[in-house]
Amino acid sequence: MSNVTELLINGTKYSVDVDPSASLLSVLRDDLDLVGSKYGCGEGQCGACTVLLGGAPRRSCITPVGDVARKPITTIEGLERAGKLHAVQQAFLDEDVMQCGYCTSGMIMTSVGLLKVHPNPSEQEIAHYLEGHICRCGTYPRIVAAVRRAAKSMQEVRS
Amino acid sequence: MNTDFSTQLEPERYELRERPTYHFGLPRRDFFKFLGGGIVVFCLRDRLLAGQEAGHFRRGPGESLPQDVDAWLHLSEKGEVTVCTGKVEVGQNIRTSLTQAVAEELSVAPGSIQLLMGDTDRVPFDMGTFGSRTTPTMTPQLRRAASAARDALIGLAAEAWKADPAKLIAANGAITDPESKRSVSYAELTKGRELVKAIPAVDPLIPATQWKVMGKPLAKITGRDIVTGRHRYPSDIKLPGMLYGKILRPPTFGATLTSLDAHEAEAIAGVTVVHDGNFVGVAAPNPRVAESALAALHASWQSTPQPSGDELFEYLKKNVEQGEDRDRHAVGSMEKGLADAALRLQQTYNVAYIAHAPLEPRAAVAEWKDGKVTAWTGTQRPFGVRGELAEAFHLPQDHVRVVMPDMGSGYGGKHTGEAAVEAARLAQAARHPVKLVWTREEEFTWAYFRPAGVIEVSAGVTSDGSITAWEYHNYNSGSAAIGPVYNIPNQVIEFHSVKSPLRQGSYRSLAAAANHFARESFMDELANLAKMDPLDFRLKNLTDARFRDALQAAAQKFGWGKAKPEPGHGYGIAGGFDKSGYVATCAEVTVDPASRQVRVIRVVTAFDCGAVVNPDELRNQIEGANNMGIGGALFEAIQFENGRILNPHFAQYRVPRFSDAPPIEVVLIDRKDVVPAGAGETPIVGIAPAIGNAIFAATGKRLRSLPMAPKGV
Repeated sequence: MSNVTELLINGTKYSVDVDPSASLLSVLRDDLDLVGSKYGCGEGQCGACTVLLGGAPRRSCITPVGDVARKPITTIEGLERAGKLHAVQQAFLDEDVMQCGYCTSGMIMTSVGLLKVHPNPSEQEIAHYLEGHICRCGTYPRIVAAVRRAAKSMQEVRS
Repeated sequence: MNTDFSTQLEPERYELRERPTYHFGLPRRDFFKFLGGGIVVFCLRDRLLAGQEAGHFRRGPGESLPQDVDAWLHLSEKGEVTVCTGKVEVGQNIRTSLTQAVAEELSVAPGSIQLLMGDTDRVPFDMGTFGSRTTPTMTPQLRRAASAARDALIGLAAEAWKADPAKLIAANGAITDPESKRSVSYAELTKGRELVKAIPAVDPLIPATQWKVMGKPLAKITGRDIVTGRHRYPSDIKLPGMLYGKILRPPTFGATLTSLDAHEAEAIAGVTVVHDGNFVGVAAPNPRVAESALAALHASWQSTPQPSGDELFEYLKKNVEQGEDRDRHAVGSMEKGLADAALRLQQTYNVAYIAHAPLEPRAAVAEWKDGKVTAWTGTQRPFGVRGELAEAFHLPQDHVRVVMPDMGSGYGGKHTGEAAVEAARLAQAARHPVKLVWTREEEFTWAYFRPAGVIEVSAGVTSDGSITAWEYHNYNSGSAAIGPVYNIPNQVIEFHSVKSPLRQGSYRSLAAAANHFARESFMDELANLAKMDPLDFRLKNLTDARFRDALQAAAQKFGWGKAKPEPGHGYGIAGGFDKSGYVATCAEVTVDPASRQVRVIRVVTAFDCGAVVNPDELRNQIEGANNMGIGGALFEAIQFENGRILNPHFAQYRVPRFSDAPPIEVVLIDRKDVVPAGAGETPIVGIAPAIGNAIFAATGKRLRSLPMAPKGV
């Protein structure tokens, strides 16, 4: 059986020669050098590895690469467009969220996914949606504030 | 514009007379080759000042730079500022506040400043980034360097213009003469120069009341690289031809390898197996192959019986190390103090081992070239790890380079260089660079823990609430902040060292969190015994003005004594002093009647660390410390049995998540007249006792063991 998997990441096609059971996170980081998605636990418990699969948040560390062939994957590297940050990225800067920043990529990806299906979440809904993510530095209130800010700025753009 | 400043700047005001203590392998010529021409300023270590005399000294080309320096600053011919310091960025946002310090004194935009941190070949020796020391020690040093560079630039301009230097102004990266309206940029002034200046640690600095950049919010300076995923953490480093490593871990702590069959693993294409004593590891072309190779190793180990968690606190009491220097402090007479008291109380508090669990586990990439090794790794002590590598491989220190990219946090948990040493051993054998990233389970198991402890306190109180006697014994958890700030005439305070069953080390605030938990819980118990309000009881026994202010500021913001808690809710207050910072925390909690789970409803923390350098980053640290502290207060504990960790996964070791994080209000007490202290640690010490005291207020139940309610109250 062929090990070649075709991946569609941030609009670019990649062919990788790996076992289909390899984790998407490992392929992103170790084979494609897309290291913005982080290893935090390898068990789907911390959210640092989160990417978007067809627009929905997905834990890349427990996703076999064979399952996501040819499906559109977005990683943190793919959010910025022509030098302009995604509203969620910008909001993380504006709220000065980060301490070590290691959880940030995963937090941003899940928040982008949330705002796609729920453009105006309350603080409680944001916290609930992000519950599977760990920020060991404890910047939780700032993350919630950043997602609220992003939701507002995206609504302003739409209206 | 006249840019012909032909006369050289006096390169140094002070000559180094002593031989340097530390090796520093970057000769002057290399330094300018590395950074380009310009002006370089060295900050001398304070302790050298005594041996120096004022005088003029000019180095010949190629001579070594002064070696006993804390930091240096380079201003390039393009006007770019590079500052080299051995301190590292671990999430405390010190890169940002040190940048502010330089920007303030040098009058340049923060964006034109680059901090080179924690690269042992490029920066001066530094003990490490811990103990909240960077702000009190490195900030003034960098300010002095920037201030000296600014004075040098003014001198150059004054000389060129034949103007009075005192009348020239440095602002926005240029020197201006308000009288003649002439102006010259720093870049023009430094063009074509290789000027060296060394400064003692006595130069006057801009007072906090006149700060323009310091004292103001500045967002994390590397923020954009982080939100775009561009920043490379230690675990993101990749080198050409790099292999991936895995280590075979023993089944229990201290186990001895008795046999190893590596044939199957060695038969896998591209795999190198390294077996050196108890060390067994593999290197492979990619991490999947490395995992397969690891699984193909067949090893037998000999384990020895070890203490388990269920006997931990008895063990600590029974295994005090004999013959050690006793860490004991006594004033007055306990006998008299207790005789003066109408009320007496004795209690015991326990503290579990907890894990730092930094979200980025230990990681390193190691590369050998010409008998020298370089390791890129996450650590709070790059020079300490350099020493570990030098020792492990029998190398001189100058054959080892450690580079520390801003890492995914540490909290005191990454003082050591295990991953760097392991990666280097694999790279040495495989003759390729090797990357090693610990798994979460490895990080939970093979790092080190916040020490567990037993704390016994007894005291006597008069009927009107004055504490007359205080006896305090801490077994194993540590002596940081072991003494009370309260006024107690008769005291015995003792730390008892114990041979820890688990590997233990620094944790955010060291033992200050444990000692504050015991002390501030006990204060609450004494207040209750004396039938006094917990805040009034503290204030009655306290004259330290800054601690009083912190307690009162937190209480006022919280509404202590004004608002009454709802039924089933409780208020708690706690505070203290450590590492030159004062903290007071109030918490409101409720206990769910069905699940018995504790919910922290809201928190107010007042903090006084002197003049505030960056209010927004300071708030962030205080919020984060409270959220992190909720874990240790309520549910974090390492479970272990006979040399094994039983909960080495986030699914088993509960850390605070979004639903645990309460609204946190921060009150900053900004003292412009007090030299800034560090703030990464002390804000964590108030939360556990504040929660415990609030639980008591809500339920009448006193919880004396951390974590207080892993399964509910």
